[in-house]
Amino acid sequence: MTGFIIKRLLLAIPTILGVIFIVMLTIELVPGDPAELMLGEHATKEAVQNVRTALGLDKPLLTRYLLYLKHLAKGDMGRSIRENRAVTKEISDVWPATLELTIAAMMIAILIGVSVGILSAVKPNSFFDNINRIVSLFGLSMPVFWIGLVLIVIFSFWLRLLPTGGTGSFKHLILPAFTLSLPSIAMISRMTRSSLLEVLKEDYVRTARAKGLSKKVVILRHALKNALIPIVTLSGLQMGQLMGGAILTETVFAWPGLGRLMVRAIFARDYILLQGAVLIFALAFVLINLIVDLSYSFLDPRVSYK
Amino acid sequence: MRHQSLPSPMQEFWSHFLKNRLAVAGFGIVVGLLVVAISAPFLAPYDPTLQSLPDKRTKPGGKFLLGADEFGRDILSRLIYGTRVALLVGTISIAIALLFGMILGTVSGFFGGFVDNLIMRILDILLAFPYLLLAIAVVSAIGPGILNTTIAVGIWAIPGFARIIRASVITIKKADYIQAARAIGASDARIIFNHIIPNFISPVIVYSTLYMANAILIEAALSFLGLGVQPPTPSWGLMVSSGRDFLLSAPHIATLPGIAIMITVLGFNLLGDGLRDSLDPKLRNL
Repeated sequence: MTGFIIKRLLLAIPTILGVIFIVMLTIELVPGDPAELMLGEHATKEAVQNVRTALGLDKPLLTRYLLYLKHLAKGDMGRSIRENRAVTKEISDVWPATLELTIAAMMIAILIGVSVGILSAVKPNSFFDNINRIVSLFGLSMPVFWIGLVLIVIFSFWLRLLPTGGTGSFKHLILPAFTLSLPSIAMISRMTRSSLLEVLKEDYVRTARAKGLSKKVVILRHALKNALIPIVTLSGLQMGQLMGGAILTETVFAWPGLGRLMVRAIFARDYILLQGAVLIFALAFVLINLIVDLSYSFLDPRVSYK
Repeated sequence: MRHQSLPSPMQEFWSHFLKNRLAVAGFGIVVGLLVVAISAPFLAPYDPTLQSLPDKRTKPGGKFLLGADEFGRDILSRLIYGTRVALLVGTISIAIALLFGMILGTVSGFFGGFVDNLIMRILDILLAFPYLLLAIAVVSAIGPGILNTTIAVGIWAIPGFARIIRASVITIKKADYIQAARAIGASDARIIFNHIIPNFISPVIVYSTLYMANAILIEAALSFLGLGVQPPTPSWGLMVSSGRDFLLSAPHIATLPGIAIMITVLGFNLLGDGLRDSLDPKLRNL
């Protein structure tokens, strides 16, 4: 077990190094001189030169990459152009807001998704199951940013129940978290349904029913446990969706998180800040996938790692 | 006495597909969208970029069936022309992803070994970026616009295609008919083009349809953020974004284009699910 954890951690290293490289590479795609673009037309030659040095644009790509890694190891992601603040500071100011939003959305998605999925699987092709399938299809087809706007019109403007955006109270969290969770609710309920239906065909489920256990006990204690692995995998992958969706949700609800910081950085052409924000998102996703992988052995003792 | 001939695979596919009402609905939506996109100039009552400030934010009904936007442009005409943008960006980005995914996936799956490992590790790195982030990163570097958006969405979709194709190639490679082809001296190129590629067409069709739904969503998202298609081109995501400022006084400007996105994505999702069930029952639970 410990051996597996160490091996899996080591395997994550090349991925992380690769992710950092790609993030660095995006600047390479910028047409023209990124330093000039960042500062605008009226910048002095000296200022442009300073930014060029700060970005390392005067050095070859590989040298720049190694330098970036060296700084990163010391917890230094450079300084943002507009505010001239440390990127790590800018990011540490906003990431708790994104964490709060994505975790709230994930909890809603798992809670509703798994329960609806179970209810669907218990009576497949029932009225409830069919409604659920159609609602899920719509949930997967609606753009997140649009759901947010529609909910604002309904709950903020018409019913005047919830604020249109910003942070501060639990009420502020409800609309953004629900908006963000909707596509994931659909995915998780679909996966729970199909995974549970698969397990319910197994012999041991029939045995459990035959020895007189109630349907409820069989489903919750026997079947669900065994249906859990695909659900957990999917939930991990959904975290990636949620992070991408957070960029849109934060924009719609003026939620002061990493996603909004990133969009702001793009429009300000602040590539240093942008690199930092993209990197944090990607590293968080790598970490979540790692945790999901490690959780398999707890969920299913048959999964052993050599 | 006449033999009763067995149904051909194509007949079998159709009979299965036509029984699936949701799939037929999806097919209908997609065909409808194609018709709208092709005949946009004949269907649209107004010029989609024609501004008429006295008519700005007109409510639906009357002169403008679905109302007018913040510049007094007819929303219905813009939605109709927006179909072209959505389908064009979707189709071309999927074509890009398919081309590169096919090359990477086939090479990786067929030759295995070091090349396979290398390609797979690079794809793992691309897949380490959360949804939307890679497309945003690419577009923020190369700049907005319809072409760059298409490229960004295409790059986003490459790893998925490459992995699906690689998995199919690895399964096909073990089949007896590949052994047979090899035994009679067929070259690698001949095996790949004549025996492997035709056999992974059905999963590719299914995934192209499902990815099309996602590609349209991503184009809409990028355009909504202001990073994708630029005004005055009528992109649905951009229309939602420009209507945001008038959500209280004229909610139809932002909400109607969202419905167009939803119907389109739903159409491709339904069609994709239906094709998956009809083309390959083994894929049903994926």
